Amino acid sequence: MTNREVILGRIREALKIVAPPPVYRQGGMKPSALPGSPQQWLPPVGPTLDERIELFSRNAADLQAEFHICANVGEAVQYVKHWMIVDGWRKIGRHSGELTDAVAPALGLAEVRTEDGYALNDLESCDAALTECEALVAQTGSVLVSAPSAGGRALSVLPPHHVVLARQHQMAPDLGAALERMQEKYKDKFPSFLSFISGPSRTGDIERILVLGAHGPKKLTILLLP
Amino acid sequence: MKTHAQEFSESARQYTADLRHRDWIQQALSGYYAKRDECKSRFQNWAGARELAAEIKREAINHLDRYLDEFASKLEARGTKVFWAPDAQAARDYIVGVARQHRVRSIIKSKSMTAEEIHLNEALEKNGFKVVESDMGEYIVQLRQEPPYHIVFPAMHLTRQQISGLFHDRLGSEPTNNPEDLTMIARHIMRRKYCEADMGISGANFAIAETGMISITENEGNARLTTSLPKVHVALVGIEKVLPKLSDLALFLPMLATAGAGQPITCYNTLYGGPRQPDEPDGPEEFHAVLLDNRRTELLADAEQRDALHCIRCGACLNVCPIFKNVGGHSYGTTYQGPIGSVITPHLRGLQDWKHLSQASSLCGACTETCPVKIDLHHHLLRNRRNAVRGHPGRREKLLQAGFVFMMRRPKLYQFVARAGRRLQPLQRLIRGTIFDPLRAWTQTRSFPSLAKKSFRELWRERRIP
Amino acid sequence: MDIVRVLERLGHTVDYPEAQTCCGQPAFNSGYWDEARAVAERQMTIFRDAEAVVIASGSCGAMVQVFYPELFRHHPREIEARALSAKTFEFSDFLVNQLGVLDVGARFLGRATFHDGCHGLRELGLKKEPRLLLQHVQGLELVEMQEAETCCGFGGTFAVKFPMISTAMGEVKCASIAETGADYVISNDSSCLMQIRGILDRQGKTTKTLHLAEVLART
Repeated sequence: MTNREVILGRIREALKIVAPPPVYRQGGMKPSALPGSPQQWLPPVGPTLDERIELFSRNAADLQAEFHICANVGEAVQYVKHWMIVDGWRKIGRHSGELTDAVAPALGLAEVRTEDGYALNDLESCDAALTECEALVAQTGSVLVSAPSAGGRALSVLPPHHVVLARQHQMAPDLGAALERMQEKYKDKFPSFLSFISGPSRTGDIERILVLGAHGPKKLTILLLP
Repeated sequence: MKTHAQEFSESARQYTADLRHRDWIQQALSGYYAKRDECKSRFQNWAGARELAAEIKREAINHLDRYLDEFASKLEARGTKVFWAPDAQAARDYIVGVARQHRVRSIIKSKSMTAEEIHLNEALEKNGFKVVESDMGEYIVQLRQEPPYHIVFPAMHLTRQQISGLFHDRLGSEPTNNPEDLTMIARHIMRRKYCEADMGISGANFAIAETGMISITENEGNARLTTSLPKVHVALVGIEKVLPKLSDLALFLPMLATAGAGQPITCYNTLYGGPRQPDEPDGPEEFHAVLLDNRRTELLADAEQRDALHCIRCGACLNVCPIFKNVGGHSYGTTYQGPIGSVITPHLRGLQDWKHLSQASSLCGACTETCPVKIDLHHHLLRNRRNAVRGHPGRREKLLQAGFVFMMRRPKLYQFVARAGRRLQPLQRLIRGTIFDPLRAWTQTRSFPSLAKKSFRELWRERRIP
Repeated sequence: MDIVRVLERLGHTVDYPEAQTCCGQPAFNSGYWDEARAVAERQMTIFRDAEAVVIASGSCGAMVQVFYPELFRHHPREIEARALSAKTFEFSDFLVNQLGVLDVGARFLGRATFHDGCHGLRELGLKKEPRLLLQHVQGLELVEMQEAETCCGFGGTFAVKFPMISTAMGEVKCASIAETGADYVISNDSSCLMQIRGILDRQGKTTKTLHLAEVLART
């Protein structure tokens, strides 16, 4: 018998005994009364794009992620250039994409492009990462990235400043909707990596004091284009 | 050789007398309570969310064979190597085998209570592999060579001074009282390790059956780095981590964050569905998923307590447990602390050896009240007590209980004994606190009330007679 | 006796079957369920014809209301157990939810805080009931303590099997009581009051402990 058969066998044997029904104390609900989608219980999200952008903006601020609505690529470039100068960037990591291709050249910096393979030390010494994303999530202020949309797994987590370029149509109301979009887009052929990023990296392990930039990026900037 | 029960009692005695520890832990948790309540209030209906979460887990666990098989098949279809581990030894052997096969020199690890459970680090080290914990809290307790204090906050018992001293001793860093500086010391060291490691080991918070993915929740980014840079990624997954559908995460991720840390959502929630795919620029060449049973199927077979497998390891029950807060995480002496640990450890490690954890509880029910997936925690402690007695009734206690029944079925005898107790109470004062005092366990620290001169029964009778 | 006085003041007939002894909880909590059942069976017979059964403490109330059905599951007397469970009420539950009474005409001058016994709070879902009743007591100033819902540490045999943990929990509770500056701590569970009293005495505190019924009986 293979290990798989051993474990599945144990499970089937165990499940022969039916579990007693849970006790629904005062206020408890029967399963038939439960909604199909959890969104009914989760924090609410408004129906219009403007409300969603507003909610995203507030949540991002709470997470200490920087968020700007840009009228065009030029404005986005301005924001990125600001950080480039203030923090003295010399090299950035990025991938090839509609938006990254439009913004990166204007910076005139040395680049590590991940799509053709890269040396780890090269990426590690980048001052910032410029990526796109799969979606933004209004409900939580999160950015959903994937290997194809953000240049692989390491790019969005290794350099100390992560800059995300997104378009308004990518704004999803909640986590459920964002996951649904992924299922519709990829069907069975998912990327091997998807990640919801909610703010810069952080830890509270030392006396519960919040410190940013624990291992991942210390700064997260999200730029929303039309 | 001390028993686990004796070790527990000794440790509890020490910690409950330590007022500094008591205050420190209370302080540590007060921030959590406030943030948790704020997050709960953002939900449209937290109670409803709990019901739904409990229902989803009930479906997953009661059809575990189907969902687990689906999970494994989908993973394998995308190139993941799935290993079914019936017990801890099998899991350890497999992982050591993978390390050997790849001639691994350095291993980096992200937080995994399952790995703690099977003592994976020890096994790897015994076989000559160096393992570094990348999570801040886990790294700190690894340097101190002690187990994690709490399943979610491994270093919550330490002050910044202690951590500074630790880093100074073990890493040669400059002492500092600044948490940011201390964090940067660890960050700097870890970056080297991530880049050098040939193998990354992680746990998994959830196993999504529908799409064949594991989901890892973290704040620091260390798990993302652990699973992105090394050539080989091994994920250790308890078989109970299964969720049926990808969309279930929309509910579980915010609930885990709220209950676990008082956050609306944790910083990184990452889904891994396979090794690096052909069109992807990076990622591990090999991805192994080790599915661990290690007696979970025994808990599954205990139908009354099966819902203990719904646990999402959020740690909320620890945070509200007055026993945990007073005896501290290390007193439990086992991987899983607090109420959930007290419930499941007898199943995973033996009832007679671990029943004391179920007995060391006032059954206040705060754990059951807070559990996001509505596990009937404190009632399971009662059931463990009953099972322990059935399996092995203590002779002395069985006799006392038999005496209790004898008396309580005979009201006249009960009244006699109660009256005698009232008459004899003045004598008790003479021997109070000494070894002759049968109430010594109480009277050492608390005064015993004077029994009323007349019983209710006597007062009742007096009223009736005009 | 205060419960009897209050109920009679409200115009009800109270009976006290003298043959009763104990609900069986000490045996039940220690895992001796067969023994607990043996004791419980007698009580079930004694209270078979009662219209309603009122209990002074949350923990005994919980034993009958919540645990008797579990204790007697698949037992020949299961239906009887459920019937008794359905008509048994803790005192404040009975007054507020069964009789619909909030003001029992009580008068008590003083500053007090309320301790929620865990069984009453979590097994029976009682939180507002005692407070509603106390709010209508003339002259009583009720203040909430931070740790009102935190277990006092009694827990039955737990108090003597793990006295150091029990005492530590009691000390946390008493510190919270002290913070309120209250002269009285009131609860609907006598075991809790015994634990709190025991520790306050050792600490030399003058704060007095009172059962809810004692306060409601005062005029």
